[in-house]
Amino acid sequence: MNSKSPSNSHTSAYSLSRQLGVYFLLAIVFVVGLLLVLNQLAGLMGTATQEAQAVDIANNSISAALSEEPPQLDSSKTTDASSGLVLGHVMEGLLRMDLKDRLGPAIAERWDVTPTHATFWLRKDAKWSDGQPITAADFIFAWQLALKPETGSEYASLLYPIENAEAINSGELPTSALGLSAPDPQTLVVKLARPMAFFDKLVVFPTFLPIREDFYKATQGRFGSDAEELLYSGPYVIKNWVHGASMLLERNPHYWDSTRGKLAQVNFAYITSDATATLNFFKDKRIALAGLQAENLTEALRLKWPIRRFADGTVFYMEFNHRVDRLSRNLNFRKAIQHSLDMEELVYKVTKLPGYMPGKSLFPEWLIGVEKPLREEYPASTVDIDRAEAKAYLELAQKELGLKDFPEITLLTGDNPVSNIQSEWLQEVLKKTLGLTIKIDKQIFKQRLAKMSSGDFDLLLGGWGPDYNDPLTFGDLFASWNLNNRGRYSSETMDALILTAQSATATPDRMEAFGDIQQQLFDDVVILPMYERGITYVVHPQLKGVKRRVIGASIDYTYAYIDPDA
Amino acid sequence: MLRYTLKRLALGILTVWFIATATFFGMHAVPGDPLSSDKSTTAKIRANLEAKYGLDKPLLTQYAIYLKNISQGDFGISFTQENRQVNDIIKEHFPISAILGILAIVFAALGGILWGALTALYRNRWPDSVIMFLVILGISVPSFVIAAISQMFLVNINAFAGTTILPVGGWGTVWHMIVPAMVLGLSTMAYLTRLMRSSMLEIVNTDYIRTAQSKGLPKTRIFSRHQLRNAILPVITVLGPAIAGITTGGFVVEIVFAIPGLGRYFVEAIQQLDYTVIMGTTVFYGAFLVFMVILVDLLYGWIDPRVRINP
Amino acid sequence: MSEPSTTTWHPSPSDFAPKPKHKSADAITRPAMSYWQDAWRRLKENKRALFSLYLIIGLVTFTLAGPYLWTIDPSAQDLDQIGITPGANRNVTIAPAYQPWYGPTNELYYDDDNALGLTLVGDATSQAVRLAWKSTLRGPGSAPYSDQFNHGYVIYRTLFALEPSDAFGLPLMETKNHFFEDRLDLQPTDYYYTVVALDSQGLETGQFATIALTVKRVITILEAQQRGLTKNGAVVEGDQIELALHPFGTDYLGRDMLARLIYGGQVSLFIGIFAPLLYVLLGVIYGSIAGFMGGGIDQLMMRFADFAVALPFLLFMILLKVIFGIGPGESGVLPMLVAMVILLWPAPARLVRGQILQIREESYVSASQLLGASTNYLIFRHMIPNTMGVILVTITFQVPSAIFTEAFLSFIGMGVAPPTPSWGSMCNDGIKSMLTRPHELFFPALFISITVLAFNLLGDGLRDSLDARMRNRE
Repeated sequence: MNSKSPSNSHTSAYSLSRQLGVYFLLAIVFVVGLLLVLNQLAGLMGTATQEAQAVDIANNSISAALSEEPPQLDSSKTTDASSGLVLGHVMEGLLRMDLKDRLGPAIAERWDVTPTHATFWLRKDAKWSDGQPITAADFIFAWQLALKPETGSEYASLLYPIENAEAINSGELPTSALGLSAPDPQTLVVKLARPMAFFDKLVVFPTFLPIREDFYKATQGRFGSDAEELLYSGPYVIKNWVHGASMLLERNPHYWDSTRGKLAQVNFAYITSDATATLNFFKDKRIALAGLQAENLTEALRLKWPIRRFADGTVFYMEFNHRVDRLSRNLNFRKAIQHSLDMEELVYKVTKLPGYMPGKSLFPEWLIGVEKPLREEYPASTVDIDRAEAKAYLELAQKELGLKDFPEITLLTGDNPVSNIQSEWLQEVLKKTLGLTIKIDKQIFKQRLAKMSSGDFDLLLGGWGPDYNDPLTFGDLFASWNLNNRGRYSSETMDALILTAQSATATPDRMEAFGDIQQQLFDDVVILPMYERGITYVVHPQLKGVKRRVIGASIDYTYAYIDPDA
Repeated sequence: MLRYTLKRLALGILTVWFIATATFFGMHAVPGDPLSSDKSTTAKIRANLEAKYGLDKPLLTQYAIYLKNISQGDFGISFTQENRQVNDIIKEHFPISAILGILAIVFAALGGILWGALTALYRNRWPDSVIMFLVILGISVPSFVIAAISQMFLVNINAFAGTTILPVGGWGTVWHMIVPAMVLGLSTMAYLTRLMRSSMLEIVNTDYIRTAQSKGLPKTRIFSRHQLRNAILPVITVLGPAIAGITTGGFVVEIVFAIPGLGRYFVEAIQQLDYTVIMGTTVFYGAFLVFMVILVDLLYGWIDPRVRINP
Repeated sequence: MSEPSTTTWHPSPSDFAPKPKHKSADAITRPAMSYWQDAWRRLKENKRALFSLYLIIGLVTFTLAGPYLWTIDPSAQDLDQIGITPGANRNVTIAPAYQPWYGPTNELYYDDDNALGLTLVGDATSQAVRLAWKSTLRGPGSAPYSDQFNHGYVIYRTLFALEPSDAFGLPLMETKNHFFEDRLDLQPTDYYYTVVALDSQGLETGQFATIALTVKRVITILEAQQRGLTKNGAVVEGDQIELALHPFGTDYLGRDMLARLIYGGQVSLFIGIFAPLLYVLLGVIYGSIAGFMGGGIDQLMMRFADFAVALPFLLFMILLKVIFGIGPGESGVLPMLVAMVILLWPAPARLVRGQILQIREESYVSASQLLGASTNYLIFRHMIPNTMGVILVTITFQVPSAIFTEAFLSFIGMGVAPPTPSWGSMCNDGIKSMLTRPHELFFPALFISITVLAFNLLGDGLRDSLDARMRNRE
């Protein structure tokens, strides 16, 4: 080509590149100038990440990361874990779970539940973050709000034990008909629609948090969408909420309980669902707590980090489709699968995280029965994983169904990496042991929900996290009327047991009902428990007293403190 | 010139309408809807929510209402971030993506021009080989791999130095921007380097350079006044599409570096089928790109005397 | 003005008949060479492009012939060899099947080196590591044994030797028993187990004990037979055999990386090559119709192309992926292909139209038209050959971006559905374990890089050699 190019001689290239060097310098000056301008711009927009330091001893402050941004913090409508975490710090309701996970007083000093009524006596020194006292009226307003049909609260059904609640929620009665009364500002009397021995356990849930009417109305429909659109009753207030970026919590000066809120600031400096990024922030000493994935364990061990584990109380299971035209309606088919899936292999070899426990029951291990854990009082039945037996069941099913060959089975699953691994494992195991062909149907969240509701699946990977601290939060899942019973399992025995569990007043009777539900789920192979999820995480060595919770704020910093000597 | 501009603008608006329509009907064709949720709701609650968001009306009515609203610049309320306007979401998060994009483009353009010129000067000698090797790396490794690896390097550098030299992620100061912008601009820079190099080499053989040489102009003057200037022109033509690619391609960098840009919102909105946010971001980005391309075209006509726009 | 000549010439069709061929035309100095021969000659001289071409042929052969040469099933899971690196030790000992363990049955000899007398029960194998320790259930002083002082123990495990002030590693379990069985992901390597006693508050006391042990990888006879590891004849317990060979290591589910690279390559290359081929073809048809028709139709068609080109690509790619959805058991390759075709045809269409318009004005086309060439002749003799070069170059340069698009979609979780592998999704899986098992990222990334690079260099070479202007330059 153009080999005669004049710029090819050595000396000229040198002088020209010197000229280029000058341009290069100019370019750098330009870039630096541009950076300064952009810096100013970014600063002006107020979207800056708060200066994050994992543990800041001088300011008594810590930083952490949120995996997702709370969509909004209106407690009457909230549903997600991330909102639950933040609300657990900035709000307080009538009762709360204490450090030993027992039900304890909060804004209500004492309480009483009878078959007809529940009464809460509020403390006088409980104040909103603007200094006004928290009264029974604030609870009445909030609960009425959650039940209003226009609110569209997904958790309104938790309030149904209150008299007339269901009728109000369906628009048949005005909100004023709700069975709540306040004889004086410090007393809240709840009239129950039906006997409910554990009503006090329910009120821990965010839907039961107070909202003050005048403040709510002043926000003109923007309640809970920004830091200034909220009024706080908890140990912290949101000082600064930068959407998508960060959330800064600061101690609430009007909060009554001096044992909580030891840290002056809790800075949720990053919002990212990327596990690698979170871990990198921890490594860089930007955040004080980070979750670990199986892939990072070796690295964490090498760096000799203090690692913790915690079972977060969520149970994951495989659901069968019990609808009439489905293959999975056949009991022997379900038994064949039950006898081929070794959940220990799944937990010990595939998920590989120490917090996970192989699933044995719908009821996780942390639930308390009469006195001891429910699972100790009513141990779950197990099967031996046996290839020959599984095959025998499958042949039986084949005969009963009159099939020549088994068609392809559809497994509906989510689009996150964890479900990917599990469904791939499941597919391979069922192919190897039973010779079944599983089609993985991986769908984004909303499409999966649509398919779940319409019953467009044979097998389904699902899970359930507790809403309140009673076995019923799991126990009523497979009632024929429960919409979360995605496989539409329907059995009179089961429904009767659930009714007993719901309305019996004596705890032993209820627990026995749960034991029977567990057995029925096993005998009828309604679902196949896969595992109880565990969380493995690292904490900055100077940060002490972080409480992990099954219900409410999954990470609770309200009792946390900095130990400078550690 | 004015007539041309007006015509382009009118076409631009029509294009935005096309994008809005395509998105609207595409999105509603997806099975499922934003109101379905993990915990099943009763029919009554669902009906209430549908009424609130106008999903109970026939699709065409919804479309008409929607068009009316966006013509007034109102994208509605988000489904997931219930009490938040989509306009607010765009207003808060687009500037972040834009700043990152601008910086990436500047890095890419300056870097591309400089490296390209340098490789042309040192053709077939070691600076050429070294730079071209890096360029090849830049265009042949997926951006998310580069992003992840560069973040890992940042962590290790900080750990080695014992202090934060550059932040690992997040947003706010200029220090947060540098590495993500470089990662974002890398492939464009690599592309521009190649383009610049070949266009430099082509120009050396043109008549006007020969004329300038025979006139006895100093080499540096030929280089800066003729060679460099003319070689930059083709680079500028590809900047328009490059801006498009970079501003919408910010997803990866935004996810890896925890930057609260608009791209991340779009990905989340798709997962949640958040109609209004999907529509808002798509239409907004579409409009942005359409008018960016018009701007670049007009600018190009102004810079390059050979491309005078005929009225 | 003179009258027009009265002897006007009336042309007859025979006047337009081709002249008889001259046998003795002037000899041309250079040998005649078709456009393609010439291009191929110049491509051959470009070493880099030629090498890239061979590389591409090699890659395609690798993915197509690979399944016949390396017959391992890419979705078969070897759960004994999860995430192993290439060349890892494959020795395994035959052992009896795992039996549940409910604590030590007989009196054990406890190691007195540590306060808790932590000791290993039985062999440490990859099936289970069984530990037992002495009871510390004693009150202050010499108070008698009582369960009320048992506040439980925490068992830790780590891979690295412990220094005095180190954290103990991975907490495996809290228990009130005096034994513990670990089955979690045991690899044939050294482990350090620590048991710490808890106080009444559930906090760790200073009382702890650590033991080091080496885990031996074992397999049962049944498992060995099922996996076809017993090559010839029977094996008995205690025998050493070798696990299956994985030359490129395995992934997070113990699947063979080489097999996955081969099958993943099929997906990535299929999308990478066919998507550009299809949308460029569509664009060519659309563009040549528009260019050839001209006038109003051209205007209309090009306006529509302008609309389509304005759709933000990645946003619509994601949107279309969701709209098409992936049915159960489908790999999701086809929706991706269709989405790319829908979104990317306008650019080549514009390019081809521009070319056609340009060629239409060329004097050789006018000449040929004057000579009465039919439309078909014009299209096939002039238009297509003269745009072919541009089209080929465009396709070549579009391959890398199609491969990257697939990888990007995998990154945000919208790529091919599991268990179908693709290089992009393998990269995305590999990133998570980048620090501990770099081979899971390295190999797919390397394959993507090589492919992209080869297509880029080939594209450069093609552009140079197909450029007709370069024809006379040497």
